[in-house]
Amino acid sequence: MKIDLKVWRQKNQNTKGHLESYILDEVDAEMSFLEMLDMLNLKLAKRGERPVEFDHDCREGICGQCGVMINGIAHGPLKNTTTCQLHMRSFKDGDTIYVEPFKAKAFPVIRDLKVDRSAFDDIIAAGGYISVNTGQAPEANSILISHDEAESAFDSAACIGCGACVATCKNASAALFTSSKISQLAKLPQGKKESSKRTVNMVNRMEDLGFGHCTNTEACQVECPQDISVLNIAQMNYEYNKAKLKK
Amino acid sequence: MWFIKNAITRKNLMAITGLFLCFFLIIHLLGNLQLLMPPDEGRLQYNLYSDFLSNNILVKLISYVLYASILAHTIDSIYLSIKAKKASGSSYVLDKRNRASKWYSRQMMLLGTIVFAFLVIHFKDFWFIYKFGALPMDSAGNKDLYGLVVAAFQDLWYVILYAIAILALGFHLLHGFFSAFRTIGLYNPKYNRLVKSVGVIFAVAMTIGYFIIPFYIYLNL
Repeated sequence: MKIDLKVWRQKNQNTKGHLESYILDEVDAEMSFLEMLDMLNLKLAKRGERPVEFDHDCREGICGQCGVMINGIAHGPLKNTTTCQLHMRSFKDGDTIYVEPFKAKAFPVIRDLKVDRSAFDDIIAAGGYISVNTGQAPEANSILISHDEAESAFDSAACIGCGACVATCKNASAALFTSSKISQLAKLPQGKKESSKRTVNMVNRMEDLGFGHCTNTEACQVECPQDISVLNIAQMNYEYNKAKLKK
Repeated sequence: MWFIKNAITRKNLMAITGLFLCFFLIIHLLGNLQLLMPPDEGRLQYNLYSDFLSNNILVKLISYVLYASILAHTIDSIYLSIKAKKASGSSYVLDKRNRASKWYSRQMMLLGTIVFAFLVIHFKDFWFIYKFGALPMDSAGNKDLYGLVVAAFQDLWYVILYAIAILALGFHLLHGFFSAFRTIGLYNPKYNRLVKSVGVIFAVAMTIGYFIIPFYIYLNL
C-alpha cells in the first residue's frame, strides 16, 4: 500500500506546529496504525531526521496511552477502537491520512503527536479514590451488591483515560472522563460514603484545569474506545447537585 | 449571577430557565390557538383573553419570571459559550468530529440567536404595541390585539420569518429538552429513554402548533 501521510510536527509547547507530508510505499494492510508510524520513524531515523514522537504503551487497546486524531476523528475511523487497535486494512492504497495530536487548552502539545494529559491525573488526585484502606476482599455475602449494579460500576470503571472524549468534544469538556470515575465509585458501597466530597472536588478541579462544560452532544461516547455511557455525566450532575443542595 | 463560576451550576440555570420557557411555550400556544376561531367570535374571545392576561396579578408575576428567564438563559449561554471557546484551544486542520453528533446539538447557540432575534421582533410588533401603543377597541371595549395579529400575518414575508424562527425553535427544543434533564441529573436509563421520546414529541408538537397559526391566518383571511 502507498500512503500519503500528513503528520503534525511541532518542536515544543512554545513553537507553532505544522503538517509535514511523508510518502510511505510499502505499508502492509495487516500493520497496526502505530506500526505504520514506527515504519515512518525508522525511515526518518535512517535519513538522520528527528522521528515523530507519539505516545503508546501496551498496544493492546488497554492502557489508553496512544491516541491521535486520524483524518479528523479521535482514534480514527473505527468506532470504539484505540489508535493501536486500528489497522492499515481500514485504509486504501493511495489514501491520504492526516495525523494530528489531541487538541484542547488543558492538553498542551509536548512534541509532535504527544500531548500532556496530566490534567487527567490531577482530576483523579482531587478525589478519584477511596481514602480508607478497604483491606482484604470481604466475605461475599457480607456486602450485597446486585449483579446489575456491579456490572454498571464496572462499565464506568472501564475508562482508560485516553482523552478522546476531550479531543472530540467541541467544548473540550472532560465530563465523560471525570464522571466515569465519579459514578463508578458512587455505585459501590465503599465509594458511596465520600461521594459528595469527591464529586465537588473533582468537578472543581476539572474546571480549574480549563476544561469546558458539557452540552450533551453525546459525541464523546461515540468516539470513546470503551463506549463509556454519557449517562455517567448525568449521574455526575446528580451527585454534584445533591452535594450542593445538602450543604 | 456573574459570580457563579461553576459550569454545572451555570448549566443548571440554563436547564431550569429552559424548562420554564418550555412550559410557557405550551401555555402560549394554547392561548393563541384561539386565533383560529371564526373571525367574529375569535376577535372578541382573543381580545378578552389578552385583556385577562394583562390585568391578572398572578399572570403579571409569572410574566416577570418569564422575562427574567429569557434574559438569564441568554446571558448564561453567552458566558458559557465564551468559556467553552477558550477551553477548546486551537482547531484541527482536518476536522471530521461532526460525524459523532447531531448538527443541532452543536448549533444551539446559532439556533438560540435566531430565536432571540425573533423574540425582539415579536415583542416589538405585538407586546410593545399592546402595552404602549394606540390600539383600536373591539365591540366589547377590549384592545383589538386580534386585528393587529391578523393584519401582520397578511404579509408573506412576515409569515416566512415566523416559519424560520419556529423551525429554529423546534431544533433548539429537540436538543434542549432532554439535555436539560441530563444537566439536572436524571441518569436512570429507563427515564432517559422516556424523556428523549417526550422531548421529540414536544419539539414536533410545538413546531407544528406554532406553524399552523401564521399559515392559517395567511391562507384564510
